[in-house]
Amino acid sequence: MRLAVLAAVAWSVGIGAAAAQVPDAALLAGACQGCHGATGEGGHGIPSIRQMQTQAEFVATMRAFRANERPNTVMGRIARGYTDAEIAALAQHFAKPQP
Amino acid sequence: MNATRRAVLAAIPAAFAAPRIARAQGAAGRVVIIGGGFGGASAARFARDRFPALDVTLIEQSRTFTTCPYGNLVLAGRRSIESITFTYDRLAARGVRVIHQRAEAIDHAARRVRLADGSAVPYDRLIVSPGIDLRWGAIEGYDEAASARMPHGWAPYVQPITVLERQLRAMPEGGTFVMAIPDNPFRCPPGPYERISMVAEYFKRHKPRAKIIALDAKNGFSKQPLFQEAWEALYPGMIEWRGASNDGRVVRVDPAAMECITEFGDRVRGDVVNVIPPQSAGRIAREAGLANQSGWCPIKPATFESAQVPGIWVIGDATIAAPMPKSGFAASSHAKHAVACIAADLAGRPPPPAVFFNTCYSHVGEDYGISIVGVFRGGDRLVEVEGSGGISPRDAQLPPDRRAEFRRLESLYADGWYEAITGEMFG
Repeated sequence: MRLAVLAAVAWSVGIGAAAAQVPDAALLAGACQGCHGATGEGGHGIPSIRQMQTQAEFVATMRAFRANERPNTVMGRIARGYTDAEIAALAQHFAKPQP
Repeated sequence: MNATRRAVLAAIPAAFAAPRIARAQGAAGRVVIIGGGFGGASAARFARDRFPALDVTLIEQSRTFTTCPYGNLVLAGRRSIESITFTYDRLAARGVRVIHQRAEAIDHAARRVRLADGSAVPYDRLIVSPGIDLRWGAIEGYDEAASARMPHGWAPYVQPITVLERQLRAMPEGGTFVMAIPDNPFRCPPGPYERISMVAEYFKRHKPRAKIIALDAKNGFSKQPLFQEAWEALYPGMIEWRGASNDGRVVRVDPAAMECITEFGDRVRGDVVNVIPPQSAGRIAREAGLANQSGWCPIKPATFESAQVPGIWVIGDATIAAPMPKSGFAASSHAKHAVACIAADLAGRPPPPAVFFNTCYSHVGEDYGISIVGVFRGGDRLVEVEGSGGISPRDAQLPPDRRAEFRRLESLYADGWYEAITGEMFG
């Protein structure tokens, strides 16, 4: 848990000194919620993203979408719009809580 | 060392320190939102959920909201008007003060909104999500009276989609459906072409000899290659689309004769005529000085605060926010960002990074959907993230054995999008 917090500090400091540049996960999540639902629950064939994966799996999935290495309709086009830091923030927001 | 580390830890935003707790501590303040569409309803819900210290009031004249998205599915016969109509009850139950009155005017010097009954609603920060007005008379002869014979079906609070639906149902087999489509910018860039598709789907089933003539004031349109590819495959010979360079621009209508008159004088008669007129930002935004000479509202791309009146945030279709389209999803994206900027402003903090998102699905036939996606960032300008977004692949870009499944999934996901975004606003 402490390691995770420190890691978050490390990259949030790393991407720029300005606090304004730290991704706002709740805002970014709006993009996901528009289709996956307010809590990420999914529906109509849209998969649930609510605590379905660990943070590492979530990040790996988004990276695979970005590289078009995972079959998709819109997710490749979407994933390529976000930075690593933003995807990490979304992973914290939606993925399973760290043990 | 310890002191430094404590300082760093103290600087961690709530989102990182406690990612499961979506609620942020923030300064109190009265946030008033004018307009209960995709922008306003999304703003109200997000403000309520995320910033509990804010006092949130939504001013919306109508007691129900019928979405523009999925109106075309009513024309196809797939959906009822009731299934795309929502109330504000859940928003009210969540703690939003909902006032069903017309907002007459904004007195920004005194920071209050004047209502139709003469009372005033004070605010600390104001969000204006006024939607669009139809510009009666912009096409000669096309006024509100003419729209009864030649429906627009483009602003549900002015005229329900069912007016056009009834005319299409009553149209004789072998008849002609004529559409007049405006130049950019206008609400829902792919909407007219989804409408062509959904009317074609209805004709194919019930009036297979009917024809569709689309008269367009521009030379290209959203998702054009995908729409045209689908029309050829699904509705061969039924649809004629005429762009501006092919004399497609309608400059006048003759409702008595049911004719559209083009720039170079061609008279095109329809048994049913759908005129989508040019548009502007909603009345209250224009009267409050939020719009410029174009009729639309310039905003600061980093925050969506008005570029003309500081202290008022403008969101949704009324804004000048290209390259973002005038869509419901875009309005919801503006809304959340504006709320977060207001919360930061009230707390004396800098605004969050400006990242915006849009997906627009269009139905073009049974089990056949297409999409356009965009991720945008706002700084001095609003820009689309290079290398991201774009439209669904064309047939030639998909392996033959994946085509049907891809289109079917996008049609299914379109329904998922609709349920999710309306659930977020009104559920």
